[in-house]
Amino acid sequence: MNLYDFSSLTQSIHQGLSAMMAPAWVTVTEMVLVGVVFLLFYALVGLALVYIERKVCAFIQNRLGPNRVGPYGLVQTVADLIKLLFKELLMVHKADKFLFNLAPFIVIIASFLAIGALPFAKGLQALDLNVGLFYIISVTSLTVLGILLAGWSSNSKYSLLGAMRSGAQVISYELSVGMSLLTIIIFSGSMQLSVIVDSQADGWWLFKGHVPAFIAFVIFLVASTAETNRGPFDMAEAESELTAGFHTEYSGIKFAFFFLAEYMNMFLAAALAATVFLGGWQPLHFGGLEAFNRVMDFIPPLVWFFGKTFALIYIIMLFKWTFPRLRIDQLLTLEWKYLLPINLVNILVVSWVVLKGWHF
Amino acid sequence: MAQTSDSHQVIIGEHEQYTINMGPQHPSTHGVLRFELSLEGETVVGVRSHCGYIHRGIEKMCEVSTYQQIIHLTDRMDYLSAHINNEAVSLCVEKALGIEVPERVKVIRTILSELTRVGSHLLWWSAFGMDMGALTTFFYGMRDREKILDIFEESCGGRLLQSFICPGGLMHDVHPNFVARIRELIPYLRKKLPEYDRLLTGNIILQERTRNIGVLSRQQAIAWGVTGPSGRGSAFSCDVRVHEPYSAYDRVKVNEVLYHQGDTFARYRVRLDEIHESLSILEQLIDQIPEGNDYAVKMKPIIKLPAGDYYQRVETARGELGVYMVSDGEKYPVRVKFRSPNFSNLFVIEQLAVGHKIADLVAISGSLDLVIPDIDR
Repeated sequence: MNLYDFSSLTQSIHQGLSAMMAPAWVTVTEMVLVGVVFLLFYALVGLALVYIERKVCAFIQNRLGPNRVGPYGLVQTVADLIKLLFKELLMVHKADKFLFNLAPFIVIIASFLAIGALPFAKGLQALDLNVGLFYIISVTSLTVLGILLAGWSSNSKYSLLGAMRSGAQVISYELSVGMSLLTIIIFSGSMQLSVIVDSQADGWWLFKGHVPAFIAFVIFLVASTAETNRGPFDMAEAESELTAGFHTEYSGIKFAFFFLAEYMNMFLAAALAATVFLGGWQPLHFGGLEAFNRVMDFIPPLVWFFGKTFALIYIIMLFKWTFPRLRIDQLLTLEWKYLLPINLVNILVVSWVVLKGWHF
Repeated sequence: MAQTSDSHQVIIGEHEQYTINMGPQHPSTHGVLRFELSLEGETVVGVRSHCGYIHRGIEKMCEVSTYQQIIHLTDRMDYLSAHINNEAVSLCVEKALGIEVPERVKVIRTILSELTRVGSHLLWWSAFGMDMGALTTFFYGMRDREKILDIFEESCGGRLLQSFICPGGLMHDVHPNFVARIRELIPYLRKKLPEYDRLLTGNIILQERTRNIGVLSRQQAIAWGVTGPSGRGSAFSCDVRVHEPYSAYDRVKVNEVLYHQGDTFARYRVRLDEIHESLSILEQLIDQIPEGNDYAVKMKPIIKLPAGDYYQRVETARGELGVYMVSDGEKYPVRVKFRSPNFSNLFVIEQLAVGHKIADLVAISGSLDLVIPDIDR
């Protein structure tokens, strides 16, 4: 398993920098380096996801999708981004200027902060907090603050309606997200993401955790789709009802921020599900199949991580392009009357399973 | 209910109401229609519909148009039932003149009407899915409607506004491929329609969102003059094709689709069933087209109707279209009045949507299948 260990790489960078400058400067330089890497990563994944979404929905809908700019339309999203950069930033009359400008940044910072804690591979993790899972949940929930601010400061009733819907929705579904993750915290006995991943070296929690882990996984997928405001839970945008919901009044790059943040939140949700339920960067192992396991080990962990993540993203995209949208009261009913009680019972069952040592 | 259209708040009891304008530019009003909504939170407490944004004075224009020219104006009313609108005027003029059109014309007119109906219902299904947030339906419906538009293009030259049916018959003969194309279309659509059910009808979210939403009772439907599939969803037997057959409808078996629930889902089911029904009508008629190439009776270049008033009604894809013409014997009519189905169907929304959420209002207005230019004319 030490075939693809990134800690030696990061160690050598650290030592190289230490040889050159004072420890304080080393910290600063490393922070800048990590920041730049994540910014690049963020932009790249955002653009890639927009392209993938357009292609996936096009194939679902008997279309071709972007195919004019670049080979297979690969540069289309870059062209769109440039267009958005040059567009005029509209300001609504009597809008709260400060909050109006602040909101997109809160949304994008919230999703940006969470990426830092994701374990991409062994040793490739910027922040390995001992409460990593808790950190990600709390940081991503800042998004709703930005959405509420955007809706409030736009001075538009459609925006406000969208923001209120989003507020009710995200706060409700946060419970389910947290509780479904709690089952795995009970299984693995830690909130530290690297420990959770390591605990799945001999099998993913989805398989090891019996039925309760599977239930938690399904609930997590549903709830995190709802939390990221994606269809069929895109109540906050609901273009057939509220034109565009909370970002109705935004244009240009500020709109692009909301757009990008939505895709990054989807990536985060899928990455978190992959890390917690599907073993993160751990390869697929079966007990007793030594040769098979060894072949799997040769596939780099980054491939495993992104493979799992994009597989889950594909499922989330399928939701959006096949289901009609729920109504706001049905959405809250689903959470408070079904998902939450199931979750509570599930946690009890998990505790019993762990107490009796029935899991593998 | 807030009586003014500006945005001040009206406080009644403990609740605060506010007004919101849905339209004239809004994705789900399908055109330039404006709903003035009074809301309490998300709940609709009052709807006032404002129409007239696309009023072109078609009825007034008819008063300075010859009867052949009127045909081209009727296309622009309910543009999704263009053939049927043309047919209504043509039938009215023929009735006034006492002309009997050839059998072949009658059959072809009926086939064109049914194709129009299928195409219109397919477009409605696509747009209804969009209203409900299911974005894929739009492309499925459009894909299949395209086949019908191809048939129209080949025979009539136009895809949307054909102006093909005219007083005395048809503008010109249909394309030689006409019959073969329709023979291909029927099994194709029969194969694709179950796909629609799998994608949308059977979906639990759709059923939850449409069952018991916007219930229109039979009494209400009759009182408000709601006709077409919207009325038949409330068990109001109002199909002109059955009750007062025109063209070739007297020689085919037309099963009137009736549902009793009166809710949004019933209206949805009526339309999907009507596609099947129209296909079976097409199947009955496609072998009955008489041989030959007589597509019209010889008409004078300027038609003068005898003085008097004439009325003809037909079943468009949206309901009953009535044409009322008053003539004083000149080449222009004195007055033309269209009883358009959408105008009657629209205003019932003020009754249906109250007490539901905004999302339900969108579903209800989608299920009424409004075409705004037909309301304003």
